[in-house]
Amino acid sequence: MAEPLLSIRGLVAGYGGTEVLRGLDLDVAPGEIVAVLGSNGVGKTTLNKALSGVIPVRGGEIRLEGKRIDGSPSKDIVEAGLIHVPEGRRIFPDMTVLENLELGSYRRGRPRRAQNLERVFATFPRLLERRTQRAGTLSGGEQQMLAIGRGMMAEPRLLILDEPSLGLSPLLVEEMFALVQRLNAEGLAILLVEQNVMQSLALANRAHVLENGRFVLSGRGADLAADPELEKAYLGL
Amino acid sequence: MSRSGPVAAYGPILAVALLLAMLPVATSANTILNSMVMALLIALAGQGWNILGGYGGQFSFGHAVFFGTGAYVTALLQARFGVNAYVAFAAGIAAGAMVGTILGYLSFRSGLRGSYFALVTLAFAEVFRILANATAFTGGAAGTLVKLDVRPENFQFSSRAVFFWIALGLVTAVMLGVRFMERSRFGAWLVAVRENEDAARALGVDTLKVKIQAITLSAGVTAAAGGFYVQYFLFIDANLAYGTWISIEALLVPIVGGLGTVFGPLIGAVALHGLAEATKAIAGRIPGIDLALYGSLLVLAIAFAPNGLQGLMAKIGRGLSFGRAP
Repeated sequence: MAEPLLSIRGLVAGYGGTEVLRGLDLDVAPGEIVAVLGSNGVGKTTLNKALSGVIPVRGGEIRLEGKRIDGSPSKDIVEAGLIHVPEGRRIFPDMTVLENLELGSYRRGRPRRAQNLERVFATFPRLLERRTQRAGTLSGGEQQMLAIGRGMMAEPRLLILDEPSLGLSPLLVEEMFALVQRLNAEGLAILLVEQNVMQSLALANRAHVLENGRFVLSGRGADLAADPELEKAYLGL
Repeated sequence: MSRSGPVAAYGPILAVALLLAMLPVATSANTILNSMVMALLIALAGQGWNILGGYGGQFSFGHAVFFGTGAYVTALLQARFGVNAYVAFAAGIAAGAMVGTILGYLSFRSGLRGSYFALVTLAFAEVFRILANATAFTGGAAGTLVKLDVRPENFQFSSRAVFFWIALGLVTAVMLGVRFMERSRFGAWLVAVRENEDAARALGVDTLKVKIQAITLSAGVTAAAGGFYVQYFLFIDANLAYGTWISIEALLVPIVGGLGTVFGPLIGAVALHGLAEATKAIAGRIPGIDLALYGSLLVLAIAFAPNGLQGLMAKIGRGLSFGRAP
């Protein structure tokens, strides 16, 4: 495999006296979609928080393009290009769509911001239509697009999507996964953290199943989908 | 953030300031001018609170700590060290801002939010009040007098109109500054912190730094109100400087006028003071009647006008235009 974009070795993280993640290894190569799957409470959110520097890393290391980012403050991690689209969207409801998007790009200069905005509007024409609308008045699917668009504004090298299908109707879930695939086809590397196993496996190059803070099953997306072990691992049987 | 041009952004502030500046020409009644100076002073203190509370979502119950520090430093530098009044005033603002930085660093660094932050600010103000009341250097319970020497170079004027214009100038300058902040990158980050701190952090906003900068600015503005208070009354004691009255006034006027808006504190201060004066005139001297009224108005404002008087006016305006539509 080529030099990985993101490389995690022996990652340990947790809160207070509990260790939630107990030694994870994971690589994302440029242009790849890697999925981390697991049900509630297995450590998906903790993994995201550790990656984006919200909680401290207790062991192991995280490298982005070879440079260590564990222990760096969130803003430096964002600056380095690891962009996190948080679970539950976390848009700013009282700001307009445009203001939400601009916030994603304030770390970049003004000309770059305009360029990024143009690109996001090309990807999401719906956001262009609604740019002066208050973000809180958007539908769930549109809010998710806005959250991803806001992430795109920060010029990601790697985009982490935290449960993008959460709370969406089945039709919108389809649309969301199609969108993820499209972004990836444009060359963006994506780390997809999801509960929705089958649909994630269908588009992931590689996937890991997380359980009790460890990866219990790893492999190519298509292989995993056909693996009888998957059901066992995922259901914890 | 806003894309409107500078005229639309700053014009209304200057227009309102010019209009208000005419007041001493229209009336020379000292009671009216006096009440307007007080309203402007509260508007200034409230605008300080508004920067941190309205824009940043960090509710302080202890802005008296900044008001009082501004007031005491202004008074003591003159009374004890014979420092020039304007220099003392500037030092008062700087000292207030510094207390803000320290308080912000201590509380935000340890992750205090919401009611915990409010309680810490309240505690700080109380500690300062008790200390100022017990220390000989501050004049203890007797307070500190600034020597009466009415000369412009002493920041003392025989005419209330001049004080009125200075207060108006301060309020206007800060309003222009807040508008500038609103349109800046810093303003956008500050609002992002208010709306959702975790999401702001995920976008790479250094939320700790933004909050500390906001409380520093906020404290400096409220300290300016304290310094002005000293020049106007030439007296300060611990209960005036660090008492809860100013903490409450400072948070009440932006909430009543419109939280996180440039005009909110001014609208709230004028409305509340107008109301208080009217009540006193009608109800006579029943002790505490104006405070009872403040309380009721706050409850009404939160129940019926969650966006303050400014939001209420905008809503009524929209309602009328809808009514006219075919």
